Amino acid sequence: MQPIAAKIQLQKILISDGAWGTFLQEKGLAVGECPESWNLNRPDDVLAIAKSYIDAGADMIETNSFGANAFKLTPYGLADKVYELNKAAAQISRKAAGDNHMVLGSIGPTGKMLMMGDITPEQLYNAFRDQAIGLSDGGADALVVETMSDIDEAVLAVKACKENTQREVICTMTFEKTGEDAYHTMMGVTPEQMTEELVKAGASIIGTNCGNGMAQMIGIVKAIRLVNNTIPILVHANAGAPIYRDGKTVFPETPEQMASYVCAVIDAGANIIGGCCGTTPAHISLMVETAKKCRV
Amino acid sequence: MNNDELLLKLLECVEYGKVNKDAPYPPQMKGQDGADELTRQALAQGIKPADILDNALIKAMEKVGQKYAEKKIFVPQMLVAAKAMNTAMEHLKPYFSSGEVRKKGKFIIGTVSGDLHDIGKNLVAMIVEGAGWEVIDLGVDVGSQKFIQSIANHNGAVVGLSALLTTTMVNMKSIVMDIKAKYPGTRLIIGGAPVNESFSAEIGADGYASDPQGAVSYLNSLVA
Ligand code: B12
Ligand SMILES: [Zn+2]
Repeated sequence: MQPIAAKIQLQKILISDGAWGTFLQEKGLAVGECPESWNLNRPDDVLAIAKSYIDAGADMIETNSFGANAFKLTPYGLADKVYELNKAAAQISRKAAGDNHMVLGSIGPTGKMLMMGDITPEQLYNAFRDQAIGLSDGGADALVVETMSDIDEAVLAVKACKENTQREVICTMTFEKTGEDAYHTMMGVTPEQMTEELVKAGASIIGTNCGNGMAQMIGIVKAIRLVNNTIPILVHANAGAPIYRDGKTVFPETPEQMASYVCAVIDAGANIIGGCCGTTPAHISLMVETAKKCRV
Repeated sequence: MNNDELLLKLLECVEYGKVNKDAPYPPQMKGQDGADELTRQALAQGIKPADILDNALIKAMEKVGQKYAEKKIFVPQMLVAAKAMNTAMEHLKPYFSSGEVRKKGKFIIGTVSGDLHDIGKNLVAMIVEGAGWEVIDLGVDVGSQKFIQSIANHNGAVVGLSALLTTTMVNMKSIVMDIKAKYPGTRLIIGGAPVNESFSAEIGADGYASDPQGAVSYLNSLVA
């Protein structure tokens, strides 16, 4: 298949998928249950999520593997299943995507902190490498390292993907607004810093995911574009910041609200747009329709 | 260095996270004495442990908490500062246990059932400890049983609950109820990004704070 970055060179805006974690919870994933265990135990439910995004019109879908690294699987007693769970995750999404849609193998943070001496860079690298190989063997077209807040962890993950697979590598970090036109990850990384370091590490697409909704992505994309006007940018936005209402978590942005910012995010310089926590096939479907009408 | 200069220098080491002489961080303090060396020197010079705690360590952590709240520094700077403080505290511990410096009270803290986020909880634990409280940290994924057990072992302790997920903040409610049923006199404070003052009131907790400094103010108000 043609690399995603090459498709973008043809001036095309691509649409990605929406939430997986919150979708699994809706399908009955219990608190304390490992989301990735469903790849082996309930593959049909996972496949149904993947399919629903293809049906919504997404050009690409992710995999149910965000937390499938050795560190996060350990508390579930699944640390020896890294390869299997990731391979199965990619196979399921591949099945839904067929030959005409792309599969992005999802790789999330380990939850360990390098700077506190929790783990060594080598241990981190190895964990990401094992995950990347499983996803690649399962048929992912690209790997997406996402929701990162520490630049050193992100760089190690990108390198582990680059050096051990033939896949395109995407990396996105999660920013908060910290002032007028200022954005930082929880670990203090700015979009500018991210751009420089990730490009150097070998990422071919970079961007931002999660966070506080679609509107805030405009400023983050602009900040990336200020320092780099060629790298393809991916945005996976939450349906707003989660709030607690009547005993339940809700993500407040409706498909209409999110779609209303899509053209502005594209104008700012984004090339691929999709959703993160709280977004549904309805959100994605409206993004697809809206993006067609934006002037590029 | 006279006593005041030394305390000021120690304050600066904790504020900027200079743990000891060999520590590479922060780069601008490379090769200088850190919290480790300066605390030993202060004790050797005859400065009272209580003075070191009040006039260097606690003041430094106040500054750090303030800068963090203003988004001038981020989690890494906060964590190294806390590490420098803990290093200094190691030297003061013998005086605390000998009773020369009295602890203000006991504080049990944990992240509630189903939730594995511990960065915020750890910061609260470190800063409350820095403010002169004995902290019992129960870790993450802590349910009612474990809290109740700990209260049984630490009579009169104040309890802090942390939750970072809207799916686990609901577990705070049952934990508060269980604790209050068994030990009605227990004071409970809750915190974490998704919770707020009104949620705290709704579930019957006694306090809420949005940051470690707020937790300290609440705790200190109980013993004032
Ligand atoms: C780091 C992080 C993780 C790490 C945690 C590592 C660790 N060891 O803690 C990892 C990667 C493991 C992780 C996992 C998950 N995460 Co997470 N994570 C975060 C992130 C990026 C930062 C949280 C943090 O540490 N903040 C910094 C600290 C210093 O702030 P804080 O915790 O709020 O604490 C401060 C105050 O709240 C207060 N405080 C805290 N506790 C207490 C207690 C008391 C008594 C008091 C007084 C005060 C107080 O003082 C602290 C210092 O100022 C947030 C997003 C964000 N930017 O907030 C998401 C976030 C919290 N995670 C989220 C999610 C969904 C998850 C996962 C479910 C994802 C998944 N599908 O795997 C899992 C859940 C795992 C589990 N069962 O707990 C969502 C929660 C959505 C929701 N509201 O429900 C968030 C908000 C991301 C998002 N935008 O959607 N996560
Ligand atoms: Zn998200």
